Amino acid sequence: MREGLRARGHIHGGGEVTRAFVSGNEALALGVRLAAPKVVCAYPITPQTTVVERLSEMVADGSLNAEFIYAESEHSAMSCAIGASAAGARAFTATSSQGLLYMAECLPYAAGGRFPIVMMNANRSVALPWNIYGDQRDSISQLDCGWIQAYAQDAQEALDLALMSYRIAERPDVSTPFMINLDGFSLTHACEAVDVPSPEQARGFLPPYEPEDAMDFGRPRNMGFSAGPEHNAFFKYREHLGILRARDAAAEAEEEFGRAFGRRYTGLVEEYMCGDADFVLITLGSVAGACRDAADRMRGEGVRAGVLRIRYMRPFPSAEIAEAVSGAEAVAVLEKDVSFGGTGTVFANVNSALYSAGARIPSSNYIGGLGGAPVSEGDACEIFRRMASGATGVRFIGMGGA
Amino acid sequence: MDGGEPFMGHRACAGCGGALAVRIALKALGRRAVAVLPAGCMSAVGFNFPQLCFSNNAIISTFAGTASMMTGIAAGLRARGERDFKVVGFAGDGGTADIGIQALSGAIDRGDDMIYICYDNEGYMNTGTQRSSLTPYGARTTTTPAAGGARGNRLEKKNMLEIVAAHGIPYAATASVGYLRDYARKVEKAAAIEGPSYIQVLAPCPTGWGADPSETIDLAREAVDCGLWPLAEFEGGRLSLGAEPRDPSLLRAHLARQARFAHLTDGDLRRIEEGRDRRLDRMRGRAAKEEC
Repeated sequence: MREGLRARGHIHGGGEVTRAFVSGNEALALGVRLAAPKVVCAYPITPQTTVVERLSEMVADGSLNAEFIYAESEHSAMSCAIGASAAGARAFTATSSQGLLYMAECLPYAAGGRFPIVMMNANRSVALPWNIYGDQRDSISQLDCGWIQAYAQDAQEALDLALMSYRIAERPDVSTPFMINLDGFSLTHACEAVDVPSPEQARGFLPPYEPEDAMDFGRPRNMGFSAGPEHNAFFKYREHLGILRARDAAAEAEEEFGRAFGRRYTGLVEEYMCGDADFVLITLGSVAGACRDAADRMRGEGVRAGVLRIRYMRPFPSAEIAEAVSGAEAVAVLEKDVSFGGTGTVFANVNSALYSAGARIPSSNYIGGLGGAPVSEGDACEIFRRMASGATGVRFIGMGGA
Repeated sequence: MDGGEPFMGHRACAGCGGALAVRIALKALGRRAVAVLPAGCMSAVGFNFPQLCFSNNAIISTFAGTASMMTGIAAGLRARGERDFKVVGFAGDGGTADIGIQALSGAIDRGDDMIYICYDNEGYMNTGTQRSSLTPYGARTTTTPAAGGARGNRLEKKNMLEIVAAHGIPYAATASVGYLRDYARKVEKAAAIEGPSYIQVLAPCPTGWGADPSETIDLAREAVDCGLWPLAEFEGGRLSLGAEPRDPSLLRAHLARQARFAHLTDGDLRRIEEGRDRRLDRMRGRAAKEEC
C-alpha cells in the first residue's frame, strides 16, 4: 500500500477500524484485500488501473497473500480467473469499457460455469468516438451475460461491496459471478474518507472459499462441458434461479454486514423520500447524490420528490421498484446508457417491472452523462419539473427528444 | 506410462490422430495432470454431458483462452496447497497458431508451469476442414478450394515451433503420432521441466485430409520420414534435430495418398519439395551452429 495512503489514515474504534482518505478505486482495492482472493489477474485499462496497481503493491508487500498474474489481455484475465475458480480458489479481476467488451465471451462462460468470480468494472464510455470518461454503456450492454451487477454510489459502498460480493456470489445456491460497477473518474478517482474494517473482522464476515465442486485429484471432474438440446435448458434454468437467489443472499449478507460493521444497506434498491413522493426519479451509480440534492430542492419548492437508486441491475429489483413507486404520479429514469434504436436500457427494465406489477404510471427517460458529461443537480431538478408537467418519452439531456 | 485409460468413450472419427495424441500424453503424465482443451475437435468429442470422457480433471476453455485458463488453474491449485501436478493443454492448430497465439505467448512470457500440446491436424477440422495458419501449402480445404483454377492453400504453414522457441521457452519440440515412443518421451521430458513447455504433435485427420482411417499412423510416419515434418527439440534455446529424413523421395507418394493434395501440379510439388529442403537446411545449420 502506498505510503501516503497509510499516512492519511488514522485509527479509531478500539484500533479495529481504520479511517482512510482514498479514491473509489483505492477503497475497492482495500475491500478486495480484506476479501483475500488467492488469485488476482488483470490487464490495465483507464480508469481501472489504480485498482490493480494497489493490489499488485499489496501482493508485493505481503499484505495480500495472493498470486498476481499479468494477463496479456482482458480475455485472458477472465479466462485465468475462470481457471482459478474451477480449481477452487477465490479469484478477482478488474476491467473497464473496451476491456469488458474484449472479455465479453468469457462473461457468460463464467456465469454458465457457476464460477463465483468477483470483477470490478470502472464504468467508462465505449468507442467510437474514443472516450475514457464515465458512462455506463459498457456494463449495461452486458446485463444478459448472467452476472450479478451492483452499482456503487460512493467509495465506502465500493469497499463494502468488495467484501459482500464474495459472500453473495459464493453462497452455494447462488454460485454466480459478481460485477461491482464504479462510475469512471467521478467515483473511481474521487477521494473520500472511508472506514476500513480490520482483517480479523473481515475474516469473521467472509470465511475462506471452500467449494465442494472444484477440481479434485481424489475425485476428478470434467468441467465446462457441452450440453445438447436435451439438457441445455436444465443448466440454464438453474443458472437463472441461482442469480435470482442473489436477492436473498444480498439481504442476508447486508444483515450480517450491519451487525459486524454497523453500516446498513438496503438490498437491491435504496429509497430516498419515496414513501410520500408524487414524482420519483430512478437512477443508479454516483449521480444519485445530485438527484437527492435535487429532490431536497424540489421539496423546498413544494414538489413531493423522491429518488430511487437501483443498487443491483441483476438480479433486477422489479418488485422493489414497483413497490417503491406505487404511490407516485409519475416516474423518470435517468441513466448513462442507451440501447440505440430503443430506449435507455434501465428505462426498459423499469417499465417492464411496472407493467408486470400492474402499475400504470407515466414514465419518462433521460439519457445523460454520456462520455463523462456532467449531470448536475439542476439537470435533475429539470427532470422533476418535466415529470410534474406530464412529460413522457425519451430525452437526451442537453440535446432533445428521441 | 499409466495403465488406465484416461480418455475413452469419446466420439472422435475413426483414425483420429488428435484423440491418440491426447490419450498417449495423459497416459504418460498420469492422474495428476489437469487437461485443458479449448473449443475444437477434442472438446467436441469428449465432453458431451452426460458422456464425459476424461479420467483426469479436465475442462473446456474458450477457443482463445487455453493457455490463460491453464495459468489460472495452476495458480488456483497452488493456492489450495496442491503440489506435484501438471496442467496440460491440448489445442488444435487453429486454437494454437491462430486464435490462441496471444494467450499462449502470454503464458510462455510469464514462465507459467505448464505443458502446451498442439495437436496439429493442419486445419479447422471440427468445423469442416477450413484453412488455418498451420495448413500446409497446396492443401485443399473448404476455404482454400481446388476448383475453377484455384489450387488450394497458397500460403505457407506458420513456423510455430520457432515462434514459440523465440520466447526463450525452456522446452519446445515437434513430434508425430507416427512415432509414439518419441512423442511420449517428449511429453515426459516436458513434465520434468518447471516452467512452460510446448509440443507440436502432427496428428493426421483422415476425415479432413482425405485418407483412409487406417492410414493415420502411416501418414504421420511418412511426414517425418520424407522430411516434411522434422522432429526437433529446443532445450534451453538450443535446437537439436532427430534422425535425418529416412527417404526424402517419399514426399510425392506421401502427398498422393491424401485427397487434399490430389489437384497439385508438378510445379506445386516442386515448390513443396524445395520448401522442405530449405527448411531442413536452415534447421540443420542452426542445430550445427549451436553444437559448436
